[in-house]
Amino acid sequence: MTETIIWTISVLTALGLLLSLVLFWVARKFRVEEDPRIDEIEKTLPGANCGGCGFAGCRAFADAAVKAGNLDANYCPVGGGEVMKKVAAILGCEVQEAAPRVAVVRCNGSCANRPKINEYGGARSCKVKAALYGGDTGCLFGCLGCGDCVAACQFGALSMDAETGLPVVDESKCTACGKCVAACPKRIIELRDKGPRGMRMYVSCTNKDKGPVARKACSAACIGCGICAKTCRHDAITVTDNVAYIDFSKCKLCRECEAVCPTGAIHGVNFPKPLDKEAVKQRIADRKKKEEENV
Amino acid sequence: MSKLTFSIGGIHPADSKLARDCKIEVLPLPPKVYVSMFQHLGAQAKPVVAVGDKVKAGQIIAEPGGFISAYVHSPVSGTVKAIGPRKDLAGFNVVHIEIDVEGDEWAEGIDLSPELVSAIPEDREFILDRIKMGGVVGLGGATFPTHVKLNPPPGKSADCLILNGTECEPYLTSDFRILLERTDEIVVGAAIMQKVLGGCKCVIGIEENKPEAITAVRASIKKLGFSNMNVAVLKKRYPQGGEKQLIDAVMHRQVKSGGLPIDVGAVVQNVGTSLAVYEAVQKNKPLVTNVMTFTGNIVPAERQRNYLFRIGMPLSFIAEQAGGVPEGTVKLVSGGPMMGKAIANFDAATVKGTSAILCLGEETRRHQETPCISCCRCADACPMGLEPFLLKKLYAVGDTAALEQNAVQDCIECGCCQYSCPAYVPLLDNIRMAKAQVMGIIRARNAKK
Repeated sequence: MTETIIWTISVLTALGLLLSLVLFWVARKFRVEEDPRIDEIEKTLPGANCGGCGFAGCRAFADAAVKAGNLDANYCPVGGGEVMKKVAAILGCEVQEAAPRVAVVRCNGSCANRPKINEYGGARSCKVKAALYGGDTGCLFGCLGCGDCVAACQFGALSMDAETGLPVVDESKCTACGKCVAACPKRIIELRDKGPRGMRMYVSCTNKDKGPVARKACSAACIGCGICAKTCRHDAITVTDNVAYIDFSKCKLCRECEAVCPTGAIHGVNFPKPLDKEAVKQRIADRKKKEEENV
Repeated sequence: MSKLTFSIGGIHPADSKLARDCKIEVLPLPPKVYVSMFQHLGAQAKPVVAVGDKVKAGQIIAEPGGFISAYVHSPVSGTVKAIGPRKDLAGFNVVHIEIDVEGDEWAEGIDLSPELVSAIPEDREFILDRIKMGGVVGLGGATFPTHVKLNPPPGKSADCLILNGTECEPYLTSDFRILLERTDEIVVGAAIMQKVLGGCKCVIGIEENKPEAITAVRASIKKLGFSNMNVAVLKKRYPQGGEKQLIDAVMHRQVKSGGLPIDVGAVVQNVGTSLAVYEAVQKNKPLVTNVMTFTGNIVPAERQRNYLFRIGMPLSFIAEQAGGVPEGTVKLVSGGPMMGKAIANFDAATVKGTSAILCLGEETRRHQETPCISCCRCADACPMGLEPFLLKKLYAVGDTAALEQNAVQDCIECGCCQYSCPAYVPLLDNIRMAKAQVMGIIRARNAKK
């Protein structure tokens, strides 16, 4: 009996020793040299694996960054400037700090502004609805309201407003990963610079129909009249295909366009004071008078 | 002869042919027509008239925009008022030619007399040219240009022309009415197509719920003395009128995945197309009129109609002529209830392929979707042998490789899966998206090769 136990123990010990040697040899022989910085960068990154950077996940991003040796083509929108500085320190290179961005829903078509002309009974998916027909309102370009963007957001930053039927972005949660931009079949959502203290201007409409058609479909549509472009002193506004667009890199937040827009399609958000339309209009008129006098 | 049908899947909806006894009535001309440039499968047609031009009925106003495309003719005489985008029935912008109607003058060379011309031209090229210049497209629903379909690629030949008179969609009666009222013309049209295809045999498939049509067609074939033509009586079953299902039912041959009917030696044409071919070849009359049904489960019996309409008439005008849309209508459908499209814009113009306006009541509203209970009724109903529940799940996770493996591209969008689903899952809505995605991938891959 004792003999059996002794034999068992000794055989197993010998076997264990032998196999550990084999494992030791295999580990040495087939070791993959990996840059330790990849692990380090991955730990620094937010770890959301959202794909907002254009890579499959955080590790793929780290791998690409280390391979490139710089951060020219890589930027983590979720981590933002702070995380990128840390990553740059690990790599020993410079990083161009990008301005923080936020998703902006460019549609004014709330239930009040844009009357429904038919009832949709199909699958609750914007993608399906967009493929089937022009939508349940007269506007071919606006929000379809089935919430594909809400489903795409991994950060819980989007929700549907029950009253307006439009998605609402929670700026504190939005990381500008761009998932919602890709999910929207109507391409309404755009990533725009957050602006100083969150203040920014944008045209909240993408309707390319001619003015009267757009107006008939939605009372707050951009009708492409071009008054905003004429008023803007900074060349920030262009009107193409009957819809205005504000270039956020040129916009100086003077809010003059918002004051002159006849349909209220231009929105200014996070400004400390509400817009005094009359005062701004007066200011523009005074300036024009002066200019004429000078001429 | 025993009654034929296809081998797998299918459903048996109530046929509801409410307008079957209504004779075809000719609609009066509206003050304006809007002719769409997108009335056929393939490339959009290109307008060849300018604003202010005077046009006559039957005159070419647009030419094909590609190989798979078709001529478009003016359905009325009058002045071209505008050429530009207008909303089609789904609410999308499509280029339309707007014509103010003035009188009813037809272009020269068009024979409008009702006499039957049964002598078939000898020259094949002449026939094909007339069909092409007449803008004839398949009127079974897909509106595929007929001259392309009747001209098989080299190395392939047809040994059977199947004329589709099944009209398996519930409610629709336009094919049934023309089979009764224009029997001889349809039979001659079929003989013309036989001639083009090199003298193959011809089978006219008609479902058993149209016994009058079966008798009429049989009598007409006998009277006109066409020997290589017969009628196949089919069981009532949906989607019997599907091209692949009809070939299976009549010839007992199966078209393989990704293949075309011509691969098994078959060409399928609708009876409406046969009539259009007859008119284009024998009478030189282009496709500017078609027959449609105004019906629905809440339309009273005395207001059911079959109309001969001019292409380009607004749907709302036709409904007005029929006494308006009845109260309580919750759904307006253009085409049959299974494969038709919901009308989002009632001012849209009719196109070559318009076959019906359906006014459906409250009970046809879609039900709230509930979770799939894995009963597999959809797989039993699928006439293509697919597994719709699986395809929907694969689409939800975005696995295009698995979707292709499970042959989502073979879906004929007949809607049997959604019809049979007890959980009201919108299967077809999702499968259609998956199919479009996979077809895109396949096309891109083929283009690379």
